[in-house]
Amino acid sequence: MLKISKIGAPVALLLAGSMALAGCAANEQTGGSTTSGSSLSGTLTGKGASSMKAAQEKWTADFQTANTGVTVNYSPDGSGAGREAFVSGAANFAGSDRALKDSEMGAGKFAGCAASSSALNLPVYISPIAVVFKVDGVTDLKLDADTLAGIFAGTITKWDDAKIKALNPDAGLPSANITAVHRSDDSGTTQNFTEYLSAVAPSVWTKDPDGQWPFPGGEAAKGTSGVIDAVTNGTNTIGYADESAAQNLSKAQIKVGDEFLSPTAEAAAKIVDQSSRVDGRADNDWALNLDRKAAGVYPIVLVSYAIVCEEYKDASVATLVKAYVGYIVSADGQAAGQSAAGSAPLSADMQSKLKTAVDSIK
Amino acid sequence: MSTDTLPESPADVAPQPPSSLIPAKKRIGDSVFKTLSTGAGTTILVILALVAAFLLVQAIPALTTPQDQQLANGYGYFPTWIVPFAFGTVWAAAWALLLAVPVALGIALFISHYAPRRLAQGLGYLIDLLAAVPSVVFGLWGIIVLAPAMMPVYTWLNAYLGWIPLFGGQVSGTGRTLLTAAVVLAVMILPIITSLTREVFLQTPKLHEEAALALGATRWEMVKMSVLPFGRAGIVSACMLGLGRALGETMAVAMVLSGSDVITIEILTSTNTNTIAATIAQNFPEAFALKQNQLIAGGLVLFVITLAVNMIARWIVARRAQYSGAN
Repeated sequence: MLKISKIGAPVALLLAGSMALAGCAANEQTGGSTTSGSSLSGTLTGKGASSMKAAQEKWTADFQTANTGVTVNYSPDGSGAGREAFVSGAANFAGSDRALKDSEMGAGKFAGCAASSSALNLPVYISPIAVVFKVDGVTDLKLDADTLAGIFAGTITKWDDAKIKALNPDAGLPSANITAVHRSDDSGTTQNFTEYLSAVAPSVWTKDPDGQWPFPGGEAAKGTSGVIDAVTNGTNTIGYADESAAQNLSKAQIKVGDEFLSPTAEAAAKIVDQSSRVDGRADNDWALNLDRKAAGVYPIVLVSYAIVCEEYKDASVATLVKAYVGYIVSADGQAAGQSAAGSAPLSADMQSKLKTAVDSIK
Repeated sequence: MSTDTLPESPADVAPQPPSSLIPAKKRIGDSVFKTLSTGAGTTILVILALVAAFLLVQAIPALTTPQDQQLANGYGYFPTWIVPFAFGTVWAAAWALLLAVPVALGIALFISHYAPRRLAQGLGYLIDLLAAVPSVVFGLWGIIVLAPAMMPVYTWLNAYLGWIPLFGGQVSGTGRTLLTAAVVLAVMILPIITSLTREVFLQTPKLHEEAALALGATRWEMVKMSVLPFGRAGIVSACMLGLGRALGETMAVAMVLSGSDVITIEILTSTNTNTIAATIAQNFPEAFALKQNQLIAGGLVLFVITLAVNMIARWIVARRAQYSGAN
């Protein structure tokens, strides 16, 4: 048996490899038989955030079906890798869980862009992050930012803590220890979750926002599915995860102003409309200072940007980027993202503003 | 070849050299087999060298970058960053070994000396099958089945034995503790240790066993006097192979263990020291530039630890061989 597995492993690798290659080929031929009026052709390379992997897969598939001459490759290697590849010109566009900082912007800093061109940050993907919990006998839980920060920072350790009870007077909270589950891997979800806590509850949450969990110790799980598994299989647990992955768990309502909001698509998408834009950027750059305290807005969201050039060195690349990103910010593209990845579609108003920005790409 | 140096004989007249000097007839199979086996032997050395070179080259930035830059752009200063994970790797593997070895030896002895022959064969086959289960499956089993099932045990251990530092602290609410990870690892290394020790026990000279029995030893005394001393070197090397597997196991640990960068010896809490392999697996997808170098340098450290374990094992085996029953 041991011997067989020794021989079997390389063979299995070869098989898996060839199947993966076959899968790529099939992907590229998607819709090869359909006719389309599109005259676009070429290859577009994108790289970046893994948070929008599922949405990008759907978008590339749909886009390639509509434009049979075009191949779009999006490799979800992470936001940092995406930004790096965009700067070096290895990627035509980047997906990033944050906009480029002022120090990273500027004409001539991007190898794929024209010498006089800076980059544009376009928020194209909004995903609400749900606070999920599993406590025996509790289905509704209301939390405010200070309490949530206290739970995850480890200063609130019991479910029947006075602060939780004050928000949930009618819930039968047990006198049990809280197990707060966080991500063990570097992730945009953690980045945005900690950004929310440090922005809204700075007195309790004293750490800077970080993609890696900033506190030592505590319950950690790998990836969104790992957190969901840990919360589901544990007792008296609480965690945070993409809303789309949390279908079978109870989700906490978060206090914003005087009301408690659930992580719905509508409430999450509003954050892009309500937030102010970063000062000193070009008219068509939509880098945002996310306002996580705005009324009526579910505040714990992940916003991913598509980073593109104002003007590409290669006009044919510009045409492809305009068509592809234009599709992403369209109503169709946003609906496709919602169906495939559970993201929150941009509002109609935001769609038209981003359309204008995309049209300005040269 | 020594045959080439023999004096050439006239073409048609067959000489009569001494019988030991008759040139061997060259057969094509011989040279093909020799080339193949030499090639295979060389290939493994080349692959090992290439892996080591890759690790070294990619790890250099993590080892040479100044401390302040490492703190700014990486996970932290590498020499201090890696220490907890190196500890966690050894710690988890040691627990796995501690749990697996007694069971593995028991199974091996049962198969080789106690079980009826037909049962022994079937059981041996089943144990080997365990080795064929993918580690992802073990990981899933660890999260979904084992962790929740172990929670009452952990609560009990903590309540009654909590005064021992190992079992202290606040019990995990999910069961994804170091002990759970160690149990999963133990199950994974069980087949290797069992198969090897079973083979070693079967090699015990029948004369030793029969002599022991003839002197009036019970079966357990016979095992104690003849089988175990004879197999000692084999047991050690089997354990070291198992330990090597446990040290390098990635997926199952990454899925099961709730890991962090804190050094702790408590094995029932949510806070556990992560292993190097799991840290690499968890962070590599989003790592770039210096962070990637640091993770690969972590791989280099793991490589060195595993190498050290294997060398220690060889040293022990070599030392034991002198007075084991084998000669």
